[in-house]
Amino acid sequence: MAKNERQQKAMDNLISIVRNIYDQLDAGNVPFMELPLRSKKNIEFNAQHNVWTYGDLQTARTSKTVQGAQMMLRTVYTADFINDMIQGSKSSTLRELYYISEGWEHAKFGTQDESNLLAEDLEIISKCMREDFKLRPEESGAHVYGNLDISTMTKKGMKAFNCIDDVAETGFAVPYNAEKESLEIVGTDAKFIMAIETGGMFARLIENGFPERYNAILVHLGGQPARSTRRLIKRLNEEKGLPVTVFTDGDPWSFRIFASVAYGAIKTAHISEYLATPTAQFIGITASDILNYSLPTDKLSDKDIGALNAELSDPRFKDEFWVNEIQAMLEMKKKSEQQALAKYGLDYVTDTYLPEKLTDMGIL
Amino acid sequence: MRSEDIEDYAKGSTNAHKMAAKQQEISVTEFFEKNKQILGFDSRSKSLLMGIKEAVDNALDACEEAGFLPDIHVRVERFQEDDEYRITVEDNGPGIIHKMMPNVFGRLLYGSRFHALRQSRGQQGIGISATVMYGNITTGKPAHIESKIEGNDEVAWKMDITIDTKTNRPIVTNDTAFAHEGWEHGTKIEYTTKGRYITGRQSIFEYLRNTAIVNPHAKVEFHDPEGKKYIFERATEQMPPKSKEVKPHPEGMEIGDLMKYVQNTQQKTVRAFLKSDFSRITDRIAEEVLEKAGVNPSAKPSSLKREDCKAIIGAITQVKIMAPPTDCLSPIGDTLIKKGLMHILDGMKPEYYATPVTRPPKAVNGNPFVVEAGIVYGGEIPSDGQVTILRFANRVPLLYQQGACTITKAISEVDWRRYGLEQRGGKGIPFGPAIILVHVASTKVPFTSEGKEAIASFPELQGEVEQALRLCARNLKSHLNKMERKSKTHAKFEIVQELIPAMANKTSSMLGRPVPDLSGTISKIMNVVWVEPGVKKGGKNVLTVNYTVYNYTTQERTLRLHAHLPKECVNLTLFTNPNFIDMNDEGKTTWEIKSLLPSSSTIISFELKGDMADTFDADDIYISGINPVLVMGAEALPGDWGIKGLDITESDESIAAYEEEEIEEAEDLGEE
Repeated sequence: MAKNERQQKAMDNLISIVRNIYDQLDAGNVPFMELPLRSKKNIEFNAQHNVWTYGDLQTARTSKTVQGAQMMLRTVYTADFINDMIQGSKSSTLRELYYISEGWEHAKFGTQDESNLLAEDLEIISKCMREDFKLRPEESGAHVYGNLDISTMTKKGMKAFNCIDDVAETGFAVPYNAEKESLEIVGTDAKFIMAIETGGMFARLIENGFPERYNAILVHLGGQPARSTRRLIKRLNEEKGLPVTVFTDGDPWSFRIFASVAYGAIKTAHISEYLATPTAQFIGITASDILNYSLPTDKLSDKDIGALNAELSDPRFKDEFWVNEIQAMLEMKKKSEQQALAKYGLDYVTDTYLPEKLTDMGIL
Repeated sequence: MRSEDIEDYAKGSTNAHKMAAKQQEISVTEFFEKNKQILGFDSRSKSLLMGIKEAVDNALDACEEAGFLPDIHVRVERFQEDDEYRITVEDNGPGIIHKMMPNVFGRLLYGSRFHALRQSRGQQGIGISATVMYGNITTGKPAHIESKIEGNDEVAWKMDITIDTKTNRPIVTNDTAFAHEGWEHGTKIEYTTKGRYITGRQSIFEYLRNTAIVNPHAKVEFHDPEGKKYIFERATEQMPPKSKEVKPHPEGMEIGDLMKYVQNTQQKTVRAFLKSDFSRITDRIAEEVLEKAGVNPSAKPSSLKREDCKAIIGAITQVKIMAPPTDCLSPIGDTLIKKGLMHILDGMKPEYYATPVTRPPKAVNGNPFVVEAGIVYGGEIPSDGQVTILRFANRVPLLYQQGACTITKAISEVDWRRYGLEQRGGKGIPFGPAIILVHVASTKVPFTSEGKEAIASFPELQGEVEQALRLCARNLKSHLNKMERKSKTHAKFEIVQELIPAMANKTSSMLGRPVPDLSGTISKIMNVVWVEPGVKKGGKNVLTVNYTVYNYTTQERTLRLHAHLPKECVNLTLFTNPNFIDMNDEGKTTWEIKSLLPSSSTIISFELKGDMADTFDADDIYISGINPVLVMGAEALPGDWGIKGLDITESDESIAAYEEEEIEEAEDLGEE
């Protein structure tokens, strides 16, 4: 397979990182690299794209520390590995990268988290995407169900699918690369997109015929959504002008899921403009839903409370709606799940809750 | 008391007569038989240990007194009946003359030491005969003794001894002379006793092992009832100096003691009695005491009444008398404590033997004492429980009543958290991988009971123990600090020796360019002169010590190294070393390294040979002539070493402060 332009750029960028280290050594200096600080302290609102991206705070990695030197050595080895992969038209999973490093002696990764973080560091330094490096995550993206025509890369070339007619009730599985070259959006008559946190609710809505009745495209997020899932949502929003709604559990972790769909995740803030959908709206479960629908609840754990407090100092949640929601939840000390709506019967969510909420939001 | 007398009383008609018929003299032996626990014979397992302890203590005392390096064999055999054991203890001491054998082993309170003040293991002469008696009572079998004194024409004698508990007199049977081939001198005691053989903290093994630690000049061989043989080899040929006998010091004397002394003295006047029968009393002091007491100095001592004695004792407290002489004590000494610990505990591969501390002698109640302490740390010493405490009094291990002992109390009073051990609330026995040794030597160790199991608490004594522990713990702490610094240095080493070269190789091969010269980068990362000690064991008692000195700075360096070597172990390899400058009387040695170029290294190597070679800790290396901030692996030459180091002549240079960057983003990245 011929290398495309983006891959050539990735290779060039990686080699220049390596050259930079070599030149520093050759000059008798202590190699160092600067990277944006990847923490919530360094998340800024980007007015141009309406998403949150890294700010100007930098962290220096210097070879004066074992950690820094090791990280730079790994960078060099990983760059070499990626170049070989691109040239040989191979791809590997992040986990394979971790195992391949077994043969790298001092550059060996201690845990897979280390290799995952390094892959992201390389994206930031090289200004390329992980997908360009042919590194893919362990699981592919989540599933899509709704009247959507797409064309996707198979072993027999590009093939067309309709995401209701040509798929089972589990929906269409999003590939790890949701860019145009492997996934083309052909057309849809859907009115809006609903991203859903749990597989149980996703299946409930399909069984109840919700996508057909309200002309919706359902996307199963499966916890914190994979990059390709967020990328697909973003593309549907941009290319087809579909409004995006997010339906999750009512707990602090679900708020973060929404934030990463709508505002961009801290971890991937360098590519927020590709992944985040700033116009996405939060359906619920909100703290007020818990009261208004008197839903069954669980007590907040200490970890939950810590997470809520951390969100209060997270710049992405600094607006009236979220501050009120978070404080309300801290006051009632309770959380609830989306499937708690089944308290009123299996059809309640599709017949009453969602139509009410969506009407309020002006979607229906 | 004759029996007819008792009958006579019975014929009397008063109640007093009737009672008198029941009143009998109780012999010392009988008394002890009924109060065995006073001597420590209160449980079966303890009795077994106590007997061996008495025999071994006596054997060591006898060998040392005669100037022989002790060679002691202990054997414990179990009989068919489960709780009956035969104990054999044999030594190579001077032997006991035939006539005295029955009294030494068969008569309580018979011994040479009772009336003399000196540091010795046994003190009252109760021990070994009590052991013999306990065996007699519990098994009905006599003890068997063999002994031979020095001299080619002397024969060896053997006999069986039983103690008559009514009269406190030995009953001797089978008394025979025999020729013992190859036995120059020594004593062997064999007795049968009831008991229970146990293992663990209060076992015979533990006692013998601890004995070997504080008696590095002794060889101890032990055969346990399972037929296993343990040998604690001699760690040194150096005999401890013989302890001297001293006269009693007047302080702390009880009135009863004084009344006894005045009756027994050879002196004709009270003045002469005070001056010559006590230590530290001069004519002037004798006059002063007697004047204050209102006693005529020319009076005959035996004429003194109880009131006179009381007045003299009162006067003694008002007159300033010099502290008792302390040369009668023989502490083990820091080197030999370390040697003994290393020899016996080596199997646990301890990481560190803190330099032991021997305190200067002090006195309490007229008795001089010396406290010594040592700490062993790390390695395979269990780290999950309380530290192990090894208590010793006059070189005898104390295994019982740990809680009642002043040593334990002193350990509990020290705040060990400051010295790197865990301790809840800064009080109590600390936790961690450590063994703490404390030795108290005195002419009269103040035990809490006749069983000699715990040392009584006197503020002066406990304070000295605490002081010794703190000094020793400080050595431990400085070692732990050193280790921490070392691991930091190792990190730097890893960077320059492994990571940076790997980076250079990989980048150059990817780019197809030559491998760059790394010396500039390396000097900038390290910016230190690095001293790395290395020790190789070359056979018994031979150590090869290497100091590799790397110059990882950007300038040429001239510096001196200093170490305190065990003087008697050095040889020509030291003096012929081109870097060697000199060694003083104490063994403090100086080397000089001239003009060491950046990115180069040099090695100083020498050999230590002999008994004390392994007591040298190669990590104790010091430098001068260079700003100590620029050095890793060695400390600045301490001011109190009394050695003139090299002055720092290099131009002042900016020394980059230690940077330690930490990346604090991991937390946020983990959450999503």
